[in-house]
Amino acid sequence: MRLLTHNMLSSNIKGVTSGFPLRIEVEKMVEKEVELNADFLRNMFAKVEWKALVEASKTLGYTELPDNVEPSMLDSDEFLNRFHHALLELHLEEGALVCPETGRKFPVNKGIPNMLLHEDEV
Amino acid sequence: MASRPELQAPPEIFYNDDEARKYTSSSRIIDIQAKLSERALELLALPDDDVPRLLLDIGCGSGLSGETLTEHGHHWIGLDISGSMLNVALEREAEGDLILGDMGQGLGVRPGVIDGAISISAVQWLCNADRSSHEPRLRLKAFFGSLYRCLARGARAVLQVYPENLAQRELILGSAMRAGFSGGVVVDFPHSTKTRKEFLVLTCGSASLSSATPQAKGEDGESCSDDEEISGDEENQSVLVSDRHRPRKKHKLNKNVKGKEWVMEKKEKMRRKGNTVPADSKYTARKRKTRF
Ligand SMILES: C[S@@+](CC[C@H](N)C(=O)[O-])C[C@H]1O[C@@H](n2cnc3c(N)ncnc32)[C@H](O)[C@@H]1O
Repeated sequence: MRLLTHNMLSSNIKGVTSGFPLRIEVEKMVEKEVELNADFLRNMFAKVEWKALVEASKTLGYTELPDNVEPSMLDSDEFLNRFHHALLELHLEEGALVCPETGRKFPVNKGIPNMLLHEDEV
Repeated sequence: MASRPELQAPPEIFYNDDEARKYTSSSRIIDIQAKLSERALELLALPDDDVPRLLLDIGCGSGLSGETLTEHGHHWIGLDISGSMLNVALEREAEGDLILGDMGQGLGVRPGVIDGAISISAVQWLCNADRSSHEPRLRLKAFFGSLYRCLARGARAVLQVYPENLAQRELILGSAMRAGFSGGVVVDFPHSTKTRKEFLVLTCGSASLSSATPQAKGEDGESCSDDEEISGDEENQSVLVSDRHRPRKKHKLNKNVKGKEWVMEKKEKMRRKGNTVPADSKYTARKRKTRF
């Protein structure tokens, strides 16, 4: 699972009001190189919760993202490279996503988070 | 013809390792799913600017539908309830991120972040109550509500579905409308039983599909889906659901539009609700003489 997806997911448990961001527990992470597309990054920039992306990257061992951003930074190739790497090349392979409110763990196996809820969580 | 998969077992059981492999190694299925996905993507009507979008593939299965999204350069997140199907997707090196989840529990996705969603041959599964705790109406509500919220304003969702009957079609469409979507149904090859395909084309927010305003009820809806096969080359035809108001072949329609199947289903539903319903007999839903 890429951090792009992590940045979009939130805990869906009944009664939870702030299920974002899911905390990441890492057992294994992998990097997969993909081609950079600046248009996609510009499209995503407005939607990404930056702070959550920075934190998630750090959890996976990547610390090159700036803490504060503004749209003008999208003109910088260096920034785009870092944004791209964090968003699309870092994968959580094994571990868990943890609901920030309830502490409920959603296990991640082979890169697939299991977000199935128990009956009493629906 | 084999009975509908939806009637055989819950999806996570029906799509076990065996079935997932069988499904994904059939060149016929691969071909059909690819065509349906192409069509869905076309109906999504994303801006024609070559910018890759972030899309959802709901009931993504083994990644056949997502592959089309990848070929068009988009990023996607796929959700499916069958671990076996997702494992095949991994083997096939699907480019999208995969999530094991139940759309009937709602999509746990942040509001307004998704550029478009497709779902190919999956949503009709929600019409079945596979557990005692399942109430199709509520599961459809959770699904469409969460889908509506996670889409960006003006974004679309295109869902290709195989409703079992008119009641299911209306249940699905009604749930979508109640969630706030505007839009309607596009039917390709409406005259053919075999190739007939239905797509719900839903817009989040503004009603850009004004011509496709669906009807809440359509007496003739079912009877207009002609049972006969039109042979030879058929143009790819689409009708919007509102066209189904106009009954073709009126003379062929049985007065008793609601057939035995419908009655049995209705009775079953009432029974499940705990109502007292007359026992089924050979007289149930029989044709009655019109003259009295
Ligand atoms: C006919 S397959 C289609 C898969 C894929 N979209 C394709 O075009 O090949 C239907 C899929 O819907 C999934 N499905 C059924 N009910 C579901 C639910 N409640 N939540 C998520 N996925 C579901 C099944 O597991 C199955 O993989």
